[in-house]
Amino acid sequence: MRRRSKDRALFQALGYLYLGCLSLLCLLPIWLIFSGSLSSEDDVIRHGYEMIPRNVSFAGYRMMFEAPEAILRSLAVSVALTVVGVACGAFLTAMTAYVIQRPDFKYRNVISFYIYLTSVFTGGLVPWYIMMVNYFHMRNNFLALIVPLLFNVFYILIMKSFFRSIPDAIVESGKIDGAGEFAIFLKLVLPIAKPGLATISLFIALAYWNDWFSAMLFINKDSLIPLQLFLYNLVNKAEALNNLAGQTGIPMTELPKETVKLSMTVLVITPIMFIYPFVQRYVVSGVTLGAVKG
Amino acid sequence: MRGSPLMKEWTKNKVLFLMVLPAIVYYFLFSYLPLAGMVLAFKNYRFDSGIFGSPWAGFNNFEFFFKSGKAWLVTSNTVLYNAAFIVSGLILQILVAIVVAEIAGRYVKKLMQTTLLFPFFLSWVVVGSFVYNLFNYDVGSINGILRALGIEPVDFYGNPNYWSYILLFFNNWKYIGYNSLIYLAVIVGIDKSLFEAAEIDGASIFQRIRAITLPLMIPTVMILLLLSIGNIFRGNFDLFYQIVGNNGLLFDATDVIDTYVFRSLIHSQDIGMSAAAGLYQSVLCFAIIMTSNFIVKRIQPDYSLF
Repeated sequence: MRRRSKDRALFQALGYLYLGCLSLLCLLPIWLIFSGSLSSEDDVIRHGYEMIPRNVSFAGYRMMFEAPEAILRSLAVSVALTVVGVACGAFLTAMTAYVIQRPDFKYRNVISFYIYLTSVFTGGLVPWYIMMVNYFHMRNNFLALIVPLLFNVFYILIMKSFFRSIPDAIVESGKIDGAGEFAIFLKLVLPIAKPGLATISLFIALAYWNDWFSAMLFINKDSLIPLQLFLYNLVNKAEALNNLAGQTGIPMTELPKETVKLSMTVLVITPIMFIYPFVQRYVVSGVTLGAVKG
Repeated sequence: MRGSPLMKEWTKNKVLFLMVLPAIVYYFLFSYLPLAGMVLAFKNYRFDSGIFGSPWAGFNNFEFFFKSGKAWLVTSNTVLYNAAFIVSGLILQILVAIVVAEIAGRYVKKLMQTTLLFPFFLSWVVVGSFVYNLFNYDVGSINGILRALGIEPVDFYGNPNYWSYILLFFNNWKYIGYNSLIYLAVIVGIDKSLFEAAEIDGASIFQRIRAITLPLMIPTVMILLLLSIGNIFRGNFDLFYQIVGNNGLLFDATDVIDTYVFRSLIHSQDIGMSAAAGLYQSVLCFAIIMTSNFIVKRIQPDYSLF
């Protein structure tokens, strides 16, 4: 008995050590960003970014507020993108998944195959890009940001397995009451599927909010650049930094060039940090739903 | 036509057909048309003639791709990086799941789990900022520490050797919390009476994990392993592009098929050759997915993709 409790204590100690180290490693880059964004530019130039700011300075943040137009415009693009994307994406995904799981729909397997095949065999980036630009005229088009993430086979699968768990009797009862197929889906089935809908909405929202690839491929007009690409340009391209600086009217020599990059990163992380505690559980349910693929 | 099965189904389930129509049109436009556009790989693309009007080039694009010496480099990089991600991820994530399932202290455990999952929510652009913040030569945190200790700073961006470790770190950093949830779900699903029986028989916690938890996880682990092997020729573009960027000094060590295709398309505008490289990748992907799916189907039909 004594050996067992000693083993248990050893396991607890090792377990906490392991998880504790991993958690610290997860937090470290985020901590460094916050600390760096609050450092003074002089300290950063002289000593590099540090764990704890030597002199706390809000110069990086102030610079963003001096010229908020471009940042607010990108923020508006990202918000619009996420809202439109989730509304359309979640609804269309649910509707598609509902139809291809209906046992009395004869062509459900043919259509499922038609959809799944696209995840197994793709044309690759190049033909897709040429089609999008030269045939669908997606360059500098808001739709170019919506279309690429609108449907996802994995989310269709999650919704499909969710709908499968709803008894057929509900659909039958709707039919007996004389409701049309679309009304049955909208008024009877969809409300029951709310937890599943919440999960895929979260995944879709994350995908749109965090997307930068479509914008990098198709957008070069300032008014359509989402927040992520704005941040990318600011960190990686000197001209983006100079543009922002030009709008603030701060003399070049006094610009907090380094800290503004991190302040902008903090601005992009912050909304996620606020919603994270409320939505975390939907990710967990998504994993369990995805695991029992139908 | 009136009597055909399709027409009968159409009159019977008209609304259902209409409901699935957006998806059919979407996949036709954005997946099947580009699939037809793969003929680009065999063409000498001209902007004025379009995909289907451009003159044929036979296998010239492929020849160019394979003779450039890049084909083998980017393929082996893709496979080796993915293999390293799969193996390291598997070990770290299973350990997290086992520890979370077994240790006491509900709130501390919850807090740590929450921390580990957080990176899953951040974009790769933000990860790019982290990398800049850590590894920049002049202002990076790591070189700041080295300078403070009186050690010569390291030029990370000029030396390809460090980057495989950096990529490995951030790939695990991003996905450890999320993927360990899958394994945790398996452990939670194990019949509790097995653990109780082991307890009564006097098994220690380590024996219990080795004799019950791990063996019962094997089916799920096998399936996930095979599924990730199915994607072994697909590089994670976001990861590689945000961390390495367009730094030519690092390409030999960090270029994967996806970044190579992207650069050939956007920067060198070499449409035919990048389409050929893309088609080469698609064929490899398809072959390995079919193989791994075939094996999954043999072991556990419920988990096969199709």
